[in-house]
Amino acid sequence: MARIIVVTSGKGGVGKTTTSAAIATGLAKRGHKTAVIDFDVGLRNLDLIMGCERRVVYDFVNVINGEATLNQALIRDKNCNQLYILPASQTRDKDALSQEGVGKILDELKKDFKYIVCDSPAGIEKGAHLAMYFADDAFIVTNPEVSSVRDSDRMLGILSSKSRRAEQNQEPIKEYLLLSRYSPDRVKLGEMLSVDDVQEILSLHLLGVIPESKSVLNASNSGTPVILDEKSDAGQAYADIVARYLGEDRPHRFIDDKKGLFGKLFGRR
Amino acid sequence: MSTDSQQNAHHSPVLEFKSSSFSVPVLVLTSNDIVIIEQQLQEKIHQAPEFFKNSPLVFDLQEVNKLDLDIDVTELTGIIRKLGLLPIGIRSGTTQQNQQALELGIPIHSGHSTTASFETQKQQTPEPEQIAEPQFVAAISTLITQPVRSGQRIYAEGDLVILAQVSAGAEIMAEGNIHVYGSLRGRALAGVQGNTEARIFCFDLQAELISIAGNYKISEDLNGTVPNQPVQIYLQNHALVIKDI
Repeated sequence: MARIIVVTSGKGGVGKTTTSAAIATGLAKRGHKTAVIDFDVGLRNLDLIMGCERRVVYDFVNVINGEATLNQALIRDKNCNQLYILPASQTRDKDALSQEGVGKILDELKKDFKYIVCDSPAGIEKGAHLAMYFADDAFIVTNPEVSSVRDSDRMLGILSSKSRRAEQNQEPIKEYLLLSRYSPDRVKLGEMLSVDDVQEILSLHLLGVIPESKSVLNASNSGTPVILDEKSDAGQAYADIVARYLGEDRPHRFIDDKKGLFGKLFGRR
Repeated sequence: MSTDSQQNAHHSPVLEFKSSSFSVPVLVLTSNDIVIIEQQLQEKIHQAPEFFKNSPLVFDLQEVNKLDLDIDVTELTGIIRKLGLLPIGIRSGTTQQNQQALELGIPIHSGHSTTASFETQKQQTPEPEQIAEPQFVAAISTLITQPVRSGQRIYAEGDLVILAQVSAGAEIMAEGNIHVYGSLRGRALAGVQGNTEARIFCFDLQAELISIAGNYKISEDLNGTVPNQPVQIYLQNHALVIKDI
């Protein structure tokens, strides 16, 4: 049975698209047929991070409006043949999305794919709402600072009350916490919330910590998901996260400096 | 025209009805002598002129009507306004008095037993059953087992019991007591319909605001409280008391 994963946060700039790209690539690399959808209509970014911006012909809105078929719009990833990208439209806005249209596309994708990763836009308005509405699992991407944590909390409230699962009284969406841009040094100096602080506020299952890393920006600029940079700390953190999501038991890394030895060896900062 | 209405359809609503309770002084009269009323009212106002200046006021005629005294509502309203008060309601008036008040633009409040029922009671022989017995309404309590997240609001008509945390930016309200068996970081308002006996119990008080029957404290006033310490909050002499359990 296919699972729909929404990558969301409420706040912008915390790493939703980076995470969506990494998670989708990670799942596909492990042999699961995966689609990743950019819900950020009007502010299309996922194609850049995935490095397929020059191959976009049709987009999400074209499919909703019946101007193209799903197969025409899906772009096969150049690194991984199990991965497909459905880009957002850059020339439209969120009103071009409809609940019915999104539902239809997801139903169609479910027939063919094992995992469908929905890259949510920031905010709690229509785009973000539709991205999470049909979800089975939610990855909450949070930065260790108060405003991001509060926005994530708000998003969790919306997940538990306004999703399809909530409205139809089904088993609630499974929620996972991904703490990104984490810097143990700054936590030690008291400049940043610690993992424990964030978990106490959100009381949520921690799926993984992604350290603040130069490799993320490099990966974005070059259009290769950071998870493919196996030497980088952030790439390894995402690989761990995918493994844990698939049920493997892996100890948490990158939470404090000692365990971050890999990061040090491989040129973190 | 049609484009106008289409545009309007996209506008967000500009109005909304909300229910709110106010504290308004009630003038209870026991005589129909306008001269004496004016004299005594003036004395009262003289004692606290700032308090009464342009103050809204509801006048209650229950006692006057019980004594079968006839009072001219128009005249009464006149002196109330002359003394700088703003009558905003009549309570327990007879049908005729209510009519007079309405003509003066004063709304009728059906606060407690109106004299209309008083009149009917006089006509019929009062039956002993008619004495209002306290009605036992099954106390409805609401149980929440999931965390109450930022931006969520919960309203309970009876007691509210929450087994998880209440996040900052969440709002929980109950007409009765509130129990929170997790961290309370949001706003908690107990006794929202004016029940001063309502209490708040919580395991870890880090609230943004706590309120009982409209008496509130904000986070800044809670500096002295220790987190991770079970406390109860209740009302004593119109002041909130926070006490360890």
